Amino acid sequence: MPLVASLLVLGLFAWLIVNFLKGPAYFTNIAFIGLTNGAVYALVALGYTLVYGILELINFAHGDVFMLGGLLSATMIDAVFGVTTKSSTGFLILAIVCTMGVAMLACGVLNATIERVAYRPLRGAPRLAPLITAIGMSFILEDVAIGWKGPGYTALPNVLPKGSVFSVGGVTYTWEKLIVIMITAPVLFALVYLVQSTRQGKAMRATAQDRDAAAMMGINVNRTISFTFLIAGGLAGAGGLVYALYFGQLRYDSGFQLGLIAFTAAVLGGIGNLPGAVLGALIIGFIQAFNEGLQWHSPGSDWTESIVFSILILILVFRPEGLLGERTPEGG
Amino acid sequence: MRQSIVRGWWSALGAVGLTEPRWRALPPGRRRAIKTATWLAILLVLIALFGVWKIAALAIAAVVALLVVPAWNRIPGGKFVLPVAVLGIFICYPWYVGWMPQLPIFGPFPQLSTVVVMLIFSMMALGLNFVVGYAGLLDLGYVAFYAMGAYMAGWFASNQFANQHLDLGAVGLFQGWSGYHITIWLLLPMAGVATAVIGILIGLPTLRLRGDYLAIVTLGFGEIMPQIARNGDNLFGTGFNLTNGTGGITPIDGPGFGNWAQTHLHLPANYLNAQNFDSLYLWTAIGLVAITVFCSMRLRDSRLGRAWIAIREDETAAAAMGIPLMRTKTWAYATGAFFGGVAGAYYASYKSGAFPDDFFFNISVFILCMVILGGMGNIWGVIFGACFLAYLDREGLSNVGAWFNNHFHTNLNVPLYEFGIYGVIIVIVMLFRPEGLIPSQRRAAELHEGVHDEPLYEAETAGA
Repeated sequence: MPLVASLLVLGLFAWLIVNFLKGPAYFTNIAFIGLTNGAVYALVALGYTLVYGILELINFAHGDVFMLGGLLSATMIDAVFGVTTKSSTGFLILAIVCTMGVAMLACGVLNATIERVAYRPLRGAPRLAPLITAIGMSFILEDVAIGWKGPGYTALPNVLPKGSVFSVGGVTYTWEKLIVIMITAPVLFALVYLVQSTRQGKAMRATAQDRDAAAMMGINVNRTISFTFLIAGGLAGAGGLVYALYFGQLRYDSGFQLGLIAFTAAVLGGIGNLPGAVLGALIIGFIQAFNEGLQWHSPGSDWTESIVFSILILILVFRPEGLLGERTPEGG
Repeated sequence: MRQSIVRGWWSALGAVGLTEPRWRALPPGRRRAIKTATWLAILLVLIALFGVWKIAALAIAAVVALLVVPAWNRIPGGKFVLPVAVLGIFICYPWYVGWMPQLPIFGPFPQLSTVVVMLIFSMMALGLNFVVGYAGLLDLGYVAFYAMGAYMAGWFASNQFANQHLDLGAVGLFQGWSGYHITIWLLLPMAGVATAVIGILIGLPTLRLRGDYLAIVTLGFGEIMPQIARNGDNLFGTGFNLTNGTGGITPIDGPGFGNWAQTHLHLPANYLNAQNFDSLYLWTAIGLVAITVFCSMRLRDSRLGRAWIAIREDETAAAAMGIPLMRTKTWAYATGAFFGGVAGAYYASYKSGAFPDDFFFNISVFILCMVILGGMGNIWGVIFGACFLAYLDREGLSNVGAWFNNHFHTNLNVPLYEFGIYGVIIVIVMLFRPEGLIPSQRRAAELHEGVHDEPLYEAETAGA
């Protein structure tokens, strides 16, 4: 089995190298797209990983919280602030910052509410019960979006500047991609700070390790779990904003697909592991971009989901603890 | 919460003189009679007030009362009365559906074509019940098996492979046909076996994963399968047309017994050409569901079925008792897949096509919702859940929506919110009645006691 896995990885690298040699500049441009996709996935994947780390629950509704965040952001930027392509840079920044605050708060509260209403009563039930409930919540949220925006796509004018930051020998890096990173990176650093260096973060880590022991040490476990859902929802809100800005359109089912991809990223990196989620998200982002963009023997966008899910299956079969996760006795 | 409702209920009844001890003291036959009469009276009044009253409603009430009230189990052979009567009611449906009254809110009784789909989904739900209900493995990609069965019918009973030429008892072939044509009667078990093999292939590497990981892997397969179906008209750029892409494979042969059987035995030669097309499909579907129910019951009580239930309740303890985990789980998977494949092939033959758009993740959840709503592990509950939800999907929701819009002067497109409604059903059932509407006793006990230890920090609230 490990031999098969190694051969698969070797084949992947050979394919990448040949593609790189055929057009280095083109390859780099595609890689930039992958980096940007990966940044968006990272925001969503972290939400999955946070919740899984603390509750061992795959929060299926997370992708839909992200989607509602995206719709809210699109509405805010388009209808409330009335940003257009001609708006000044200062106003654009103001609008993005305000929208981000509102979207993060709204999604965080929504996510915490879902936990309170749908998951908390099932704490003592068999593990599959909250999982099934989460699927139900996911469908409910999708219909909330249908009721709000209708089944069609909600489009956003392309407000991000398209100019290039630098352009060297055919390699161009555009502002919109940089802005995505500029929004994502501070959020990620804030999260790392929160989890590693604050009292609340310590409580989260303790609860994730052993809920009963944490309760005995005087940690309010239910509040900590609510807080984790709040944070995860906030990340999803930020992700929704970035997605709406960068891709320009989304609809009720955008979140589900992206949620599954982001979940794959979280599993790839080692679920429950924060740096792992970011790493996995970047890898998945690159794989998607290369698959859709490269020209030499690439399966093309028709097969993106199949490839992502094949990776998911292969990872779960060969290395269920993920790339950075620790091997646990129950992990397989 | 539930206890307070029950308490309120009894105090309301106590006000009219019927306290709980007095009710419990009545003989069971009389209790059944009172209960049935009350429900039927409510139903008849509702139909008379809000539906379209027909005298047939009284006949239905009489039949229901006759089946439910007497203690049939007491007389010899009596345990067959209820199943045979239900079977008879289903078989005779085409003849009396025209006389049925209109129900309040739900409108007319389902059409024949809807009943066929209801039965096909019952079969799929029973198949999923092997995996989810008996073995306790969450399968979120059941649609992959349905798709596999449908495409088996597409490959082996249509003109899909134009440069092949094989006829194995198929009926209704046109001049100049090509491709494989195997009679549906042989194709149904073939599709089942092929799907079971796929189930084993999926299961072998993945079934050692823990519950929620397994759910995700099955979900992955459930997403990959329809994508292969959608993109399979030019597999990997070789130009090989496996699935005919988004157009799907159509038409697919119908079942039938051929001309000889028609002239000598009065069996229909070809369902697709028959006058009573839907009735024929209905009767065949009843037969298939009956076989599935029989297999479900026999397997549940067999050594294998008891092993499934043991694994569901406590995997470690089951392994310690010498149950081979992998093999037992794989069998659950393969059995579930078998019935999914048969149902898929039959559905493809009924629709005369296999279309990739039928195989989205939504359908997996739809079938899962049937199992959960009806009651995981209980055959009759699962059939009820499947029939009810499939009916809602095909007719019920638009009828209810029309009624709602008429009465509240709104303009909601209720079928648009179909899956949200299923989501609400799933959440409410999981929160308040995780064992489903018609629970299996064993599963209910498990879900209420919980298989995990009570968490310490909730000990004070859990007892309330």
